[in-house]
Amino acid sequence: MEHVNIKIFAEPGAQISLDEAIPVFHRWIQKRDLPELLIDVTDYSHVIAGPGVLLIGHEANYSLDNARNELGVLYNRKAKVEGDSLKQAYDAALTAAQRLEQEFDGKLKFRHDEVEVTLNDRMLHPNTEAGWNAVRGELEQFFDGLFEAGHYSVQRPTDPRERLWVRARRTN
Amino acid sequence: MKASNSQWKDHLVGKIEPGLASEIDAFDSEIALKKQGKMEDKVFAETRLRRGAYGQRYDNGQRHDGLESRRLAYANPNTKGPTTLWDAPGMQRIKIPFGGLNATQLEVMAELAEEYSDGIAHVTTRQDIQLHFIHIEDTPAIMRRLGAAGITTREACGNTVRNVTACPLSGVCRDQAFDVTPYAKAAAYFLLGHPDTQDFGRKFKIAFSGCGDNPCALVRIHDLGCVAKVKDGQRGFEVYVGGGLGTVPYVAKLYTDFLPQEELLPLAQAMTRVFARLGEKKNRNTARMKFLVVKLGLDEFKRLVEEERKLLTPDPRWTSYLDGIENEQETPLRDPGLLQIENAQPEDFRAWRETNVYAQRQAGYATVTVALPLGDLTADQLRALADIARNYVNETVRTTVEQNIVLRWVSESDLPSVYNDLKAVGLHHAGAGTITDTVACPGTDTCKLGISSSRGLAGELRMHMAENGAAGNEAIKNLRIKVSGCFNSCGQHHIADLGFYGVSRNKGGFAAPHFQVVLGGQWTENAGSYGLAIGAVPSKRVPEAADRILARYTKERTEGESFQAFIRRIGKAECKKMLEDLMVMPLHSEDTSLYSDWHDPREYTTGDMGIGECAGEVVSPLEFQMTASEREVFEAQLAFEAGDIPKASKLAYDSMARAATALLVWHKSFYINSPDGVVEAFRKEFHDTQLFFDPFAGGKFAHYYFHAHELLGQERTAESAHRLIEEAQLFIEACHSCVGRMTAAPVKG
Repeated sequence: MEHVNIKIFAEPGAQISLDEAIPVFHRWIQKRDLPELLIDVTDYSHVIAGPGVLLIGHEANYSLDNARNELGVLYNRKAKVEGDSLKQAYDAALTAAQRLEQEFDGKLKFRHDEVEVTLNDRMLHPNTEAGWNAVRGELEQFFDGLFEAGHYSVQRPTDPRERLWVRARRTN
Repeated sequence: MKASNSQWKDHLVGKIEPGLASEIDAFDSEIALKKQGKMEDKVFAETRLRRGAYGQRYDNGQRHDGLESRRLAYANPNTKGPTTLWDAPGMQRIKIPFGGLNATQLEVMAELAEEYSDGIAHVTTRQDIQLHFIHIEDTPAIMRRLGAAGITTREACGNTVRNVTACPLSGVCRDQAFDVTPYAKAAAYFLLGHPDTQDFGRKFKIAFSGCGDNPCALVRIHDLGCVAKVKDGQRGFEVYVGGGLGTVPYVAKLYTDFLPQEELLPLAQAMTRVFARLGEKKNRNTARMKFLVVKLGLDEFKRLVEEERKLLTPDPRWTSYLDGIENEQETPLRDPGLLQIENAQPEDFRAWRETNVYAQRQAGYATVTVALPLGDLTADQLRALADIARNYVNETVRTTVEQNIVLRWVSESDLPSVYNDLKAVGLHHAGAGTITDTVACPGTDTCKLGISSSRGLAGELRMHMAENGAAGNEAIKNLRIKVSGCFNSCGQHHIADLGFYGVSRNKGGFAAPHFQVVLGGQWTENAGSYGLAIGAVPSKRVPEAADRILARYTKERTEGESFQAFIRRIGKAECKKMLEDLMVMPLHSEDTSLYSDWHDPREYTTGDMGIGECAGEVVSPLEFQMTASEREVFEAQLAFEAGDIPKASKLAYDSMARAATALLVWHKSFYINSPDGVVEAFRKEFHDTQLFFDPFAGGKFAHYYFHAHELLGQERTAESAHRLIEEAQLFIEACHSCVGRMTAAPVKG
């Protein structure tokens, strides 16, 4: 799979505003302690239900994302990945989530019962039944590893114009 | 870089207008040539700029991270222009003539914003759309996907005719003389790629307005501005020339008070020829047409243009678009209606209706302005707008110079539904065209020339004015705030009531971001006059400065006194006095907060500025055509390797003909279209005169071309095609040598 995006959602009631991520992301650039080449921070906190605040990198972007008014950390892989691209993206998103939790000292926490995978390339991964069937096995294997087989529900887009995204949520 | 880039070309075969498809294929080849080191930085920079692919901040590989300036360690050392790294993200500008968009185009923008950019499409002050953080190798795929939707990025940047702007209300406006849309469209496409517009020293901007009073198109800040006018029952234009903002703003001068509509395109063509011939090419700071008009004087400029007009070969396109133009009109989707029981509508709807809804000249219809914060909207919002454009109007959507989007032909009875649909996706902000609807260029967010954070300040002022109830203050609610990140006026600060442009100041060895305050610019009458620069205020204190000015105006204005008149009355010195204490910087040790910018906690520096690409690169048509001939011979090699012998042969011959044509245009200004004519002229002008003769090989390389021409149309074997490619390569090299000999300074002594 190419150009995998992973979003991990924040717990409700986060006590931070989006733009509080700006100095955090600048600090991450200074420290250079993420594996990608980090370039800049861009602020879309003024856009409702938008991409929030992004840490732009060469190989990938990280962001405190607010698409659909759902706060979360998003990892957007732009460059090719050798090996398991799902695992790579998930690990990167999880690392960013853990770091943000530390940075905000309890004011922001992330849930581990739900994850959204978006395949950010309509040519390689069209949002069609065929497109879904082509990646289904790999995605289900990934979700099985996260939530245990048969213990999660899956949601896909209803609008065919959207990218192919799959949201898995743990069920009891 | 996207893994799918190569697949889009095949996927979209037949879905892109052939000329545009070839144009994009050519750019794809140029990228390949550049990667192989076979294209000069300067030429590649201008060729990508002419396709809207622009550099971005930090693309020189240097960035101040808040502690120190550090190198951005891109693995690829290659460049895509002087001091511009190949892998550094850039910006893609998308040309939207007169701002017109349909639903499919909105959806394509959404796709591109998601897949290649940061999820945001940005509407600019020239009705363009920009995508940021784009990889250069993704641009051909982006262009193809746009091309399939009928959009070109060609000549969106560089030394070209930029996007032709027009009133977004044209056709539905209550004050218009007539609808200027078809004229703007005709001018945009007539001049796009026209041979007469390929050799400018700087960009050339054109605008159309339906009336003289309203500012929707800002005619008087343009190189060529046309205001609709009817005289004796005939349509025509009041024409203005030589306007422009930039570092030194010039109000355009009246060229003629009536130009018949038939003369619009020939005048534009003649004007571009004069600009190409006499405009400054060496000093980029004085290369815009406004300087030429001043240098020559309006009368002489006019004389030269009229002389040029007489020399033009008639072109059927000058008038073909006029057939039936007076009956051309967009059609509504829904029947006209009336808004029922407005009082029953919620308060937020009423506030929105007051500022964002314009009653059209056509009874029962309204134009709705979708106010975009800082010109930004998301992919989801673009798709929602596409749905609204299909459900309520006939896909009649336009961008505006105030970085908003309008939906035309909304039946008034649909207004509550439209509002609710906009609200569902967060596009229901009231205050369009008011003091909260701030405008800003990209500034330090992404622009290499940005000095201060224009978007940071504009966002802050937008919030500040909303929180302070400025939109409810009758005295100030309709004032405009515009912010530029530097003196180059992309945020159009000169024509705002309150304008600000980024500057820096030093105190005790520390740099601090500031904004120069520019007061009392005239937004009305198509940007009739420019504001007064008062002084520089630290960025973080600008909201307080704005509050003081607005409070004083609210308190002291006389009845009916406009903001411009008030500023003129109290004068520059008094304005400065009002802000003087704010201009005094504390030492860094006393207050560090003023030494960083809005929404950017880094210690401020001007060291991040790069070399701007607004001025493009001066690349002569000869250089462009020679580069294109090299691209064609390169493509011939690729076709040969793919086993397509006929295509390889054709491309090899075309590359020779193009190089020969380039020399004829350069040396003799001969524009010849027929292959026989080019060969004949080349033989006469270059071979028979021995200008083309190599010191050792004589006329050998010219004979390669003549021989290829003799065999034109004959089927070639693989061996013969291979030889032809080799000969084409040698002929092109000989053309370069010929130019070198002809331009070399004579040996002294």
